Amino acid sequence: MSQPSNLPRWATLWLMPALNLFAALLVSGLVITLIGEDPVECLQLMINGAFGYPEGIGYTLFYTTSFIFTGLAVAAAFHAGLFNIGGEGQMYLAGLGVTLVCLGLDFLPGWVVIPLALLASMMFGAAWAFIPGYLQAKRGSHIVVTTIMFNFIASALMTWLLVDKLIMPGSQTPATRLFAESAWIPMLHELAANLGVELPQTPLNATFFLALISLVVFYLMVWRSRWGYTLRTVGLNEKAARYAGMPVSKVIIVAMCFSGALAGLAAVNELLGSTHRMNLAFTNGIGFVGIAVALMGRNHPFGILLSALLFGALTQGGLDLSFEKPAITHEMIILTQGLIILFCGALENLFQTPLALAFKQMTKR
Amino acid sequence: MDSFFSVLDATIRVATPLVLAALAGLFSERSGIVDLALEGKMLAAAFAAACVAYMMQSPWAGLAAGMAAGVMVALLHGIVSIGYNGNQLISGVALNMMVSGLTPVLALAWFQQGGRTPTLDDAARFRSIELPFADTIAASAPLKALFGHNILVYLAVLVIVVVSWVVYKSRFGLRLRAAGENPHAADAAGINVKLVRYLAQVISGALCGVAGAYLVLAQTGAFIQDMTAGKGYLALAALIFGKWRPWAAVSGCLLFAFTDAIQIRLQGSELPLIGSIPDAFIQAIPYVLTVVLLAGFMGRAVAPKAIGVPFVKSR
Amino acid sequence: MAELAIELTGVNKYFGEVHANKNISFAVAKGSIHGIIGENGAGKSTLMSILYGYYQADSGSIRLNGQEVRIRNSHDAIARGIGMVHQHFMLVDTFTVLENIVLGAEQGVALKQSLLAARDHLATLNRDYGLQVDPDAIVGELGVGEQQRVEILKALYRGADVLILDEPTAVLTPQEADDLFRILRLLKAQGKTVLLITHKLREVLDITDAVTVMRAGEIVGNVVTADVGKEDLADLMVGRKVNLQLDKTPAKPGKTVLQVSSLSLTDARGVKLLDDVSFELRAGEIVGIAGVSGNGQSELLEILSGMREASAGSVCYNGTELTTLPTREPKAAAYRRLGIAHVPEDRSREGLVKDFSTFENAILGYHDQPAIQHGLLFNRKAIIERCRRFISEFDVRPANAFRRSGLFSGGNQQKVILAREIDSDPQLMLIGQPTRGVDIGAIEFIHKRLMALRNAGKALLLVSVELDEILALSDRIIVMNAGRVSGELPVAQATATELGLLMGGHK
Repeated sequence: MSQPSNLPRWATLWLMPALNLFAALLVSGLVITLIGEDPVECLQLMINGAFGYPEGIGYTLFYTTSFIFTGLAVAAAFHAGLFNIGGEGQMYLAGLGVTLVCLGLDFLPGWVVIPLALLASMMFGAAWAFIPGYLQAKRGSHIVVTTIMFNFIASALMTWLLVDKLIMPGSQTPATRLFAESAWIPMLHELAANLGVELPQTPLNATFFLALISLVVFYLMVWRSRWGYTLRTVGLNEKAARYAGMPVSKVIIVAMCFSGALAGLAAVNELLGSTHRMNLAFTNGIGFVGIAVALMGRNHPFGILLSALLFGALTQGGLDLSFEKPAITHEMIILTQGLIILFCGALENLFQTPLALAFKQMTKR
Repeated sequence: MDSFFSVLDATIRVATPLVLAALAGLFSERSGIVDLALEGKMLAAAFAAACVAYMMQSPWAGLAAGMAAGVMVALLHGIVSIGYNGNQLISGVALNMMVSGLTPVLALAWFQQGGRTPTLDDAARFRSIELPFADTIAASAPLKALFGHNILVYLAVLVIVVVSWVVYKSRFGLRLRAAGENPHAADAAGINVKLVRYLAQVISGALCGVAGAYLVLAQTGAFIQDMTAGKGYLALAALIFGKWRPWAAVSGCLLFAFTDAIQIRLQGSELPLIGSIPDAFIQAIPYVLTVVLLAGFMGRAVAPKAIGVPFVKSR
Repeated sequence: MAELAIELTGVNKYFGEVHANKNISFAVAKGSIHGIIGENGAGKSTLMSILYGYYQADSGSIRLNGQEVRIRNSHDAIARGIGMVHQHFMLVDTFTVLENIVLGAEQGVALKQSLLAARDHLATLNRDYGLQVDPDAIVGELGVGEQQRVEILKALYRGADVLILDEPTAVLTPQEADDLFRILRLLKAQGKTVLLITHKLREVLDITDAVTVMRAGEIVGNVVTADVGKEDLADLMVGRKVNLQLDKTPAKPGKTVLQVSSLSLTDARGVKLLDDVSFELRAGEIVGIAGVSGNGQSELLEILSGMREASAGSVCYNGTELTTLPTREPKAAAYRRLGIAHVPEDRSREGLVKDFSTFENAILGYHDQPAIQHGLLFNRKAIIERCRRFISEFDVRPANAFRRSGLFSGGNQQKVILAREIDSDPQLMLIGQPTRGVDIGAIEFIHKRLMALRNAGKALLLVSVELDEILALSDRIIVMNAGRVSGELPVAQATATELGLLMGGHK
């Protein structure tokens, strides 16, 4: 669908996403005005909530960590030409993997149980993505519909497991027992304290560094390796991939597993980094935010880092905002996410023609 | 026997909004536009219907508002997918999210009841229609299952008949199918493909509007956050299940509604041989069935050929 | 002077910087068959799209029957009595013939009356023009020739007085083409005006009354057909003496490289796409496969390159049986490793990824080579260097390894593919439509390269729908019809007539 664009590269890469983002925020602002609040004041409160004080920054980066993983997950599938809406379910199932390892083995020391839990999260996430991937590759089932169905199936399955099987004995809330402390991933403020630096207590934990490493590894794998080359060829032109002798079905399946594994790591940040137990619906839409993050970040790790940071700030700033302004709830953030997906994902070329005209005028002068 | 009829009764009640939404999806998808936005269209309609029925104390005003809201979301989907040739899948996901976020925010701002709307009085709802011999009907399970419903249920039956005529036997239906199968051929034949697709969106929005209004005006009596709870996706599944054909899609809806109806009856009860089945498993049946169907284990589902592809005039 | 059906004056059309139609003026007499001839990219199709309302001219005027008109869309065109038979048929495959004909020209809300009325009308048209078409057949199940007749019926049903046909014989056998010409003459006799767009000289000479020749967006000649010869038209069209005759030294065929025996392919519906195909190919020779497109050539290339499995038969390559080759990777990759290179027929859809940079396309199919790996990652420098070498050796313009492939012209895209495949030093080269959509300058270049490859002792299998190309390059010619080999002959004995008959299966 890419039409030959007369825009300079920087405009396509930076200006257009910025304008799309601005348009989305503008509509959000209109809704805020509609319910009788001042959007400028709200924006200030949000920015302050997200970046204005050390604790806020900690929370922002904590949310950013999960969003990097789910964003990369969506991007990985996108590069193979697949729209994986199943990040939510894959993350949920990955949580099961983490939980099973912790409930069964958390008497072991951390350096054993944490890597095992990481591995389990990736394997469970990959497994839940494998089935839709396999069905797409071998039976032609549309990945979008299948992954949506798998989200519902995951939700039903996990509700049953949490309510009937994994619930802490004697408890009424559908949640597991607290994992042993050996399985907790060190918090950043603890690590800093060891170095003699004092940071406020936030759930920001060492998984954040894993997310940053994942961004780099993702870049190298997708753009600089044979594997990524195959992935992108299949995504852009399946016929050319067959011509080139690439195992298309295998690439699709592996891409989905890769995607599911990345979504799975988000569960590690939540469970081992923050709550230290599994709750019902702990994924809380993080998988869906990944779609917005990937689209906004144009499926590129650097873009994903920036947009994950944006969504981290939106989440944290939004929470702070709802303390100040009870009328503006978490749902306002969901609306904004939806708007950003709409403007950056589906209407990405909205400003192309006007911009191209503007540039033409400018160069004429 | 009575239990059979009470399951039938429940099936019809649950199936009605699914049927309406599935037929809405049929128009959209037959015209070549993927419709993940069914969920959002319904949810927006449910909210609008709840607000207006509450303020005007009239179910009919609520229904009209629901349809208008459904059409509005549909037009947004149309502008993105048809006007700007945007990605239809992404547009659908985005619209669902937007509606899911916007409705409770507005509900909270307008009614201060924590993201829901006030419960409607009887006068503002659709009740079972009063027939002669009402008492006889109420007393007999079979009669109640067939004649004890509200007007929207019968409207839905009429819609099924009309839709299958329109799709297969009318000028609009021919053009609709052509737009979804080969828009370039339709264009060469002098048909305004974008207009046909927009009209399909409007119809889809209106039908989803009735479906969403039904949830509030005939079932819950108030708007509750995310009350569609995946019904739009379920309708889409039924549409695929029915291979994009009206009567077959309706059968899919009835099947899904039936599993829902027996689930409620089976809750907690012990079955011979199997023991008790967790609710979650029965809830998952429609989704599993759809996956199985899509995997081609129940015959190939062939989608309209041009679905999901923006229509850009070639020369 | 006869009455004019169409008169164009000073029509211009730009696409961005490209001036696709330059100051076009010509007139078509009512009741005549008028040819518009020109190379690929000469602007013929753009011009017809303007007439049919797909595009608006940027300037100039169009007169129909002496009246100045504006044609805003296809609906306008139809209303003014213009009908179009597209090169790629504009039919809905899942509809019946009748539904396709009625589509867009229905009367009333219900379909029933429209269908009944159309059935009657169709019977009359069928009788008048001898267009035997079953109104209740599903279009997707009809043959190509029949589908084309449905297109013509569609136009006539809408009351077209002017019928535009865009490359109508591209997919027809010579005999089917003759049948089409019979129908066109009947139309002319009934007073209809026919505009025939083509790049085939023979057709123009056979059937038209007058010809407009286009080159590079301009009209270079308006002539009466009776006054000109084939050579004159060809010169006008190309703008200089065509030299399709290459310096061809006698072939020195060596050992047998490829032995194809009784190869068959049956599709899911049981249709035989390839039926008992056998031939051999030696080192140092070019074997050309001639045939109207869709007679099994594409499938043959797909099987030989490993992209598709044969149903039966054997393919022996340098002593190795390919059909049963034990391999875990896809066959296309395994074959390539054995020294079989492949320039695919559909360049832009198979041969490269349009959204890739040129350097990325320079390794498509060869991305596994150890020479371009660097541990787990690619050796980017080596890849870019390789691409730069291709660009300079094959004179790719613009010489930019980072430019997106989709932005290059067809000829330059083809050069990159050819460079990549030749660079792998293959024993066997499979080439499909090497010069389709390629400009004249590049055609000569590509032909010379292929000839050099043959002289270097490689075996080349050439599939082309251009008879002139087959005749110029091949040492031996195999003709295919309906999935079978209908003839095989050395190039010295081949004439266009002979080949035409074999292509139609008439021998």
